[in-house]
Amino acid sequence: MNEITITIDGRTVQTQEGEYILNAARANGIFIPAICYLTRCSPTLACRICLVEADGKQVYACNAKAKAGMDITTTTPNIVAERRAIMEVYDVNHPLECGVCDQSGECELQNYTLEVGVDTQTYSIKDTHKPAQNWGLIHYDPALCIMCERCITVCKDMIGDAALSTVARGSDAIEAEFKESMPKDAYAMWNKLNKSLIAPNGGDKLDCTDCGECSSVCPVGALVSSDYQYTSNAWEHKQIPATCAHCSAGCQLSYDIKHTSIENPESKIYRVKNEWNYVSLCGAGRYGYDFENRDVVKNPAAFDAAIAAFKKADTIAFTSTITNEEALILQRLKEKYGYRLVNNEALALKNFLSSYSTISGKSLYGGDLKQVHEADFVVSIGSALKTDNPNARFAMNNALSMNKGAGLYFHPINDPVIADMSKNVTQFNHAPMMEEAALYLMLDLFGDKAAMPSSVTEYLATFHSTKTVTIEETVDEKVTETVVKKVLNEETGVEEEVSEEVTKTIKKKVSKEVEVDENALFALLNAPVGFSDTLTKYLAKKENFALMVGPDLYTHPNTANCARLVALIEKYTAFSVTMIPNLSNTLGVALICDLDSERGSYTIGYNTAGDFTLSALGNGDLDMPSLNQQEGTLTGIDKRVNPTNAALSYGGYILNDIASSLGVTAKFTVNYTAQLPVAAGFKAVEFDTLPNHYTNSGEEVRGYCLEAQAIATNGDESVKGFDSNAAITDSVVYLANPVLQFSPFTAASHQLQENGGLYVSKMFMESNGWNEGDHVRVKTARGELSVNVITDGKIAGDIPYLPTFDTAINSEALFDGYRFTCVSIQKV
Amino acid sequence: MHHEEVFTDRNVSEHSAYYYVDIETYPTTGWDKFKQALKRAVRGELFVGLWVVMREMIKFDIHTVQYPKEKLPIGPRYRAVHKLLRLWESGYERCIGCGLCEKICISDCIRMDTRIDENSRKEVTEYSINLGRCIFCGYCAEVCPELAIVHGGRYENGSEQRAHFVIKDDMLTPLDLLKAGEQSEYPGFGAIIPGSDASVKKTPLAY
Repeated sequence: MNEITITIDGRTVQTQEGEYILNAARANGIFIPAICYLTRCSPTLACRICLVEADGKQVYACNAKAKAGMDITTTTPNIVAERRAIMEVYDVNHPLECGVCDQSGECELQNYTLEVGVDTQTYSIKDTHKPAQNWGLIHYDPALCIMCERCITVCKDMIGDAALSTVARGSDAIEAEFKESMPKDAYAMWNKLNKSLIAPNGGDKLDCTDCGECSSVCPVGALVSSDYQYTSNAWEHKQIPATCAHCSAGCQLSYDIKHTSIENPESKIYRVKNEWNYVSLCGAGRYGYDFENRDVVKNPAAFDAAIAAFKKADTIAFTSTITNEEALILQRLKEKYGYRLVNNEALALKNFLSSYSTISGKSLYGGDLKQVHEADFVVSIGSALKTDNPNARFAMNNALSMNKGAGLYFHPINDPVIADMSKNVTQFNHAPMMEEAALYLMLDLFGDKAAMPSSVTEYLATFHSTKTVTIEETVDEKVTETVVKKVLNEETGVEEEVSEEVTKTIKKKVSKEVEVDENALFALLNAPVGFSDTLTKYLAKKENFALMVGPDLYTHPNTANCARLVALIEKYTAFSVTMIPNLSNTLGVALICDLDSERGSYTIGYNTAGDFTLSALGNGDLDMPSLNQQEGTLTGIDKRVNPTNAALSYGGYILNDIASSLGVTAKFTVNYTAQLPVAAGFKAVEFDTLPNHYTNSGEEVRGYCLEAQAIATNGDESVKGFDSNAAITDSVVYLANPVLQFSPFTAASHQLQENGGLYVSKMFMESNGWNEGDHVRVKTARGELSVNVITDGKIAGDIPYLPTFDTAINSEALFDGYRFTCVSIQKV
Repeated sequence: MHHEEVFTDRNVSEHSAYYYVDIETYPTTGWDKFKQALKRAVRGELFVGLWVVMREMIKFDIHTVQYPKEKLPIGPRYRAVHKLLRLWESGYERCIGCGLCEKICISDCIRMDTRIDENSRKEVTEYSINLGRCIFCGYCAEVCPELAIVHGGRYENGSEQRAHFVIKDDMLTPLDLLKAGEQSEYPGFGAIIPGSDASVKKTPLAY
């Protein structure tokens, strides 16, 4: 894209060629009113209020692209009249002194009515009765809806559920006289507004992944969280800028806090808000906010016991739901006392990264989710994308829908959510253990064969064979016929027979034998029939390629080989590579801590079971603050060190207290922020100086980005082949969480409380003749479990999965590292 | 550095309306002081007052108000302890829980708890005013869009504690009093001004 110069209201503005005028203006602090437009999504053209004049022609700023030298005027008398009429129409039958609306002043309808200066009403129409509807987590009040369709747009272009659409409202016709007397765009807008309402697709409840982004983008109070409704006014909240604690996406959000009630002045989180123009939250982030460790007071006896336990222990086992600073404290404790630090998922990523760097020569992957958003060809390998990292899924969907992109999704479990993203997405539901084949396929299809190591090229060639196939072709054939015609001889007046030669073209089907290349990798990965043709179609006019690889590869038995293949892909294809860390701070822990694999004789567990347990869930021997009660930093998928703040108070002991008693002293935990290891890519920056916001142009100004370190390589780029016989064809079970759950912390929040079980697809449920809630015994080589069966409408196929969020189900014990394992399931 | 302003006779001059009050010079010597005290003490004015009280007591013609048994009527716009009113016809609470009183309160002494009720309406479950901080400015009554919170006539705020609260049950008109017609409208700040219809441009309605 080229940098161009345009003029807006006499101001010279630099922007990219093809950028929408509205975005160019916003990035440069020029105000153009717009209601229905969402940054990162396609223009809806519902509100028509962003009218501007570009080179003398009236255009919609959200939809008109900037061209070099364009001269734009944001207000002309005609545009002012249109805007005024549009806002008057929006105010028809919509009160503005709205006593109980949950938008409570954060209302774009009110704002624009005042901005445009509507002081009298010209238009009117009979109101229709539109009763409020409860869609589950979301409450819809059609009487407040202004039909900007932002909810529909974000659901389709960003989230990928496409769970909402417009339905007929049933209303009187607009009085004919208005058609003549009204400004044109206002009339067209009213006509559309008057006819429709929002409704969930299929049924009266939402069938989606419950991200709640629709309620977030709603400019009025039509869509609100059912739980939040009527509990508070927006202006009463103090907003605590933070980073979501649940997954590795590290989304920016703000916790809205207020006193609990008249009796209880303690702060409580009422809701979560996000900068929806630049970051989209999933349901876990939006609804799973109250996972704090409540009512904790200092218990000196428990603290002394903890110190004694630390003196006795030789191992600290922990999960990655801790801050970078806590990870550093643990590392310092290790350096001082020689503890073993055990965290298997972080260790898996650490090992994966170090194998990756033996070829790539750098400590970190090169991609991030921003590159995925901007890509037009996205591939995901080894991740249950929508639940491992919902934001990665949003990025893929956004790329597919906004950049006319195409995508490939390699995963054993068929995901209807991925299939619904676009028609240009192909799922490879390969057998478990075939992830390496998928990586080889990437090299085969996209690799620069001339540059790649010859051993790889040769290995790839073994999958190719030439096959002779008979194809039917339609060929144009010319046929010459002799036709006898009767022609009237004008001289004699007698009809004569004349023979004439006529050439005709007819279509003819011919069978033909051609030699085609057959790629055995397609069959190994269960590619759909005719995939090579589909791929050719997909790849037309594609420029930006993005690959996301997930946790299935980190725990893969041949993980080192997978990592080296990923490095080869990054090196020899046009793909940017992004790795999806398992949990909120897996990447940070992997970079900060020297991890060990085996526990010793006496273990301190931090948020995981141990001989002495520190727990932010409130079920351990000593309480710890949860991530919404702590300040510190988290390292996310974008290799960014994001600051988070304490939204709620905490009265107990923290890890820093224990460390200080053990001689690793610091006044505050955040004193460690500047001490994070520079050798691992961190920067010596004080916590208090870390920013946490987005600019008007959408630039992410949050914390800082890790710097990839150069790693010496020995030039050995050999990779091992894979064993196609290793493919697991028996019945398997997967280790993953359902939508909305990541860890015991999500399940601890009041809106997301649920009991886990064995999650199966509808089809699998029916084919086994099971019913919801049936008890089954799940048996693997490492043990067995007795759980309930739960239908998950968002998966297909016959691979069930066990969750990790429910502490009552020790599902990890059934698995041997790798996320798939052979299983026998019996109904009891 | 402390700066002391020197006042000259800026306003006091022969031409201005200001003048010095004629004040007797204070006695300076001890004897003069004694004479002044004696002169003031043995004058008969004290007994004039005592006689009036005695006379009225004997006549049993008492004009003082027997507080707290009886109270003087107060002006209708007097701003005393708040009341929450009900709708006359239905008896529902007028308060819709919009929170404007809570927001406008300059001494930040109003708090309310709200929730969604069974009829999908916003319900105020608890409402409290800290009278220890309330300055009875009347903003809450003025801002209330429903004439729900008003100032009543109860002005006694004596309490054993500085923080003395009124809660919803204290303020809300009891239903029996409402039925007996004993809820009175408040004519003070926030009440509708007579003739206000004339100053409003009505929104056109299609029906």
